[in-house]
Amino acid sequence: MINKKVKNVQEALADVKSKMTFMLGGFGLCGIPENAISELVRLDIREVTCISNNAGVDDFGLGLLLQNKQIKKMISSYVGENDEFERQMLSGELEVELTPQGTLAEKCRAAQAGFPAFYTPAGFGTEVAEGKETREFDGKMYVLEPAFKADFAFVKAWKGDAAGNLVFKGTSRNFNPNMCGAATITVAEVEEMVEVGALDPNNVHIPGIFVQRIFQGKNYEKRIEQRTVRQKQ
Amino acid sequence: MALDKIGIAKRIAQEVQDGFYVNLGIGIPTLVANYVREDIEVEFQSENGVLGMGAFPFDGEEDADIINAGKQTITTMPGASFFDSSMSFAMIRGKHVDLTILGAMEVSENGDIANWKIPGKMVKGMGGAMDLVASAENIIVAMMHTNKHGESKILKKCSLPLTGVGCVTKVVTNLAVLEVKDNAFYLLERAPGVSVEAIQNATEGTLIINGEIPEMAI
Repeated sequence: MINKKVKNVQEALADVKSKMTFMLGGFGLCGIPENAISELVRLDIREVTCISNNAGVDDFGLGLLLQNKQIKKMISSYVGENDEFERQMLSGELEVELTPQGTLAEKCRAAQAGFPAFYTPAGFGTEVAEGKETREFDGKMYVLEPAFKADFAFVKAWKGDAAGNLVFKGTSRNFNPNMCGAATITVAEVEEMVEVGALDPNNVHIPGIFVQRIFQGKNYEKRIEQRTVRQKQ
Repeated sequence: MALDKIGIAKRIAQEVQDGFYVNLGIGIPTLVANYVREDIEVEFQSENGVLGMGAFPFDGEEDADIINAGKQTITTMPGASFFDSSMSFAMIRGKHVDLTILGAMEVSENGDIANWKIPGKMVKGMGGAMDLVASAENIIVAMMHTNKHGESKILKKCSLPLTGVGCVTKVVTNLAVLEVKDNAFYLLERAPGVSVEAIQNATEGTLIINGEIPEMAI
């Protein structure tokens, strides 16, 4: 077993620097690497590029880095629900590259899987395709999209072990598995670190080979963005 | 009487057929799940990574790790599955989803749709909409026929940045059911009590009216 376990978030993020490009898992606030985000705020590194489906809310998730003006550029598919984001974008302080959600996921997966680029129909005929190579296959038009390049991927899993194997829960899985191994260094934080051998190999979602560092996360808030319930009759 | 949002959702629910995998967008489309016939088997896909979405959870049973694409807490049905975003869009891009229902700010008579950006005013992003409309073969748009100033959103040509080109097959509005083909909107049904003239007046795009137009049965 190759040991990927590090002591804590400080050790896991010891070599992150300003001007780097990061991938961060999560959909809305679901499955975001809360510990890594807190540490990025504490380290106060600047001018970073963040690849993340969303940008958090004003006072949580990536919104914390935005409030602190640490982000130079965001690459996302949907950025509603964040007033500070909208303000920085409209004033030109923040560079924003909006990318269709499926393309965003596949640009991560392509980096993970060693594809330099891929063709997708998403965005053809729209401003997303402007300046990009397009090509016809079987009578339909496609847009060439390059794989992402990033320095760090920060992902959050439900369970993990020292070998770096990961298991995700529910829809907190989202972009997290696609980002594993898609950056130079993948840092996984887990709600529950289990003994090596405790995870059934049949049920491992991400094999440890895609993860360089893993640590036991703490103080998860797991905030709910839209709490919707029904009443028992 | 023009339909309200629930009326639009009820009419669209009639388009959902037995054995369909369906992706519902945010807003009116989400309501469609409540009105699908109970004697058919349908599975709802949410692009954040769940197939077999169920109702909202009971108060106190909500789980922060189980949400839909609108970030609402949900439950799952027996037989449901979770998966990552790349696989979710493999279902969508690979045409495994049978029906896509989404909202729009504008549609045009050649099937273009705009729903993600108002330059200088609102930029929330396209989310999964561009992937959905670029691949789905069966796309129903749920929308109001006019904006709050009474101006038509059923157009010859979209004025807003496009989400997809030539992709919309059907539009259900508060006034009418329209089929989009041959560069025109074909009027299929009227909302109860709404005249053909009223629909004509609210439609900027080419409207084709063939014979008697029936009222929607809701």
